[in-house]
Amino acid sequence: MEKQPLDRQTICNRLAMEFENDWVVNLGIGMPTLCANVPFGDRDIILQSENGLVGYGPLAKEGEENKNLVDAGAQYVTTRPGTAIVHHVDSFTIIRGGYVEVTVLGAYEVAENGDFASWKTAGRKGGGIGGAMDLAVGAKRVWITMAHTTRDGKPRLLKRCNLPLTAVGVVSMVATDYGLFEITSGGFVLKEFAPGYTPEEIQEITEATLTISPDLRKFQTRNK
Amino acid sequence: MLGGFGPPGMPQNLTGALLRRGVKDLTVIVNRLDSSWSAADPGKLLERGFVRKVCCAFSASPHPSQVTEFERLHEAGLFEAELIPQGTMVERMRAAAAGIGAFYTPTGVGTEIAEGKEHKVINGRTYILEYPLPADYAFIRATRADTFGNLQYHMTQRNFNPVMAMASKNTFAEIEESIEEPGCLDPDHIHTPGIFIDRIVKIPPPPEGLWTFPSERRDR
Repeated sequence: MEKQPLDRQTICNRLAMEFENDWVVNLGIGMPTLCANVPFGDRDIILQSENGLVGYGPLAKEGEENKNLVDAGAQYVTTRPGTAIVHHVDSFTIIRGGYVEVTVLGAYEVAENGDFASWKTAGRKGGGIGGAMDLAVGAKRVWITMAHTTRDGKPRLLKRCNLPLTAVGVVSMVATDYGLFEITSGGFVLKEFAPGYTPEEIQEITEATLTISPDLRKFQTRNK
Repeated sequence: MLGGFGPPGMPQNLTGALLRRGVKDLTVIVNRLDSSWSAADPGKLLERGFVRKVCCAFSASPHPSQVTEFERLHEAGLFEAELIPQGTMVERMRAAAAGIGAFYTPTGVGTEIAEGKEHKVINGRTYILEYPLPADYAFIRATRADTFGNLQYHMTQRNFNPVMAMASKNTFAEIEESIEEPGCLDPDHIHTPGIFIDRIVKIPPPPEGLWTFPSERRDR
């Protein structure tokens, strides 16, 4: 089989497949927002955004933008029947209060103990926390979507994070360009692999030790 | 305090007035010091050297490949920055507004944010102690007002603005659409009551009133 790392949309589609009907879902800026591009079929997914949007619609079409309606990534979005708007305090009540079923966030590093690092890179004085630390402790599930390695090929699925942490022990699922991983009390479990790659090849680019799932299968691309 | 999350609700006209006046040594409390939307973004205060300290949720671009002017000046040590998780930031504002002395939050436990802060285990979960975040002045933007200062926001223009209005001693609001006589706004649909507002000003429509948000800024 031809070796083919997964593209960003395919990775995000995989996580979005796991969203269940009526879930309140918060998508981090950057790659995770691609999870909103998935046709959810008969599942009603309530997208929530830090700036107070609850149950918003797809991206606005060019020329139809409302200048006062953006998501957390400052992209123009739309309302849909049922959209509600609250102010920031209430928005973080939703987030910290446990009303968010899953947050999908980006990260620089994820560790086998569920720690992750997403707000500060090495050698930089400042950082961008945004709502990530609140989401990480408040959402019922924290899933990460990220590139499997750095641009120069260094692993990002680690035994312990090197960069400053966003939260401790909260990540339960990670989707990368090489596969789908669950984090259990025993560390990373490889559940699904990118086309053409063996578990051994994926282990080679991963610092943490991978357990191979007994149900190991090819990366799923179709809605269940 | 400067309101807004992205351009919606950002008080560009009042910030522009502050830029023209040139007040120095400001402590600015803002989600993020953007400077790329217009000539009167909050980040311009920093670029002009008017700011001593910034309290914000982003002191660097969330995209590591994009180094902002803010970051360059911060690296050069031209101002101090206190990085605060966004939810902690708004809750600290709420505490300041509501007369709460301090509160415990789980946000940031086990991270750099928690260093030096009091920890407490409540019902088996660890929390850190956070203190109120008040301000002398807040600048915000709304869509409609009446002459009592009652405000209505449009869509996600609301964001930080109601809590900033409450957490500040003096709140100035710039109004996009209209300032009405008392009684013209439905009491059921007031987002910020006028008792929290000290000054209102009607701003001109764009381009003079700014709020440009070019579509090429979209991430995807």
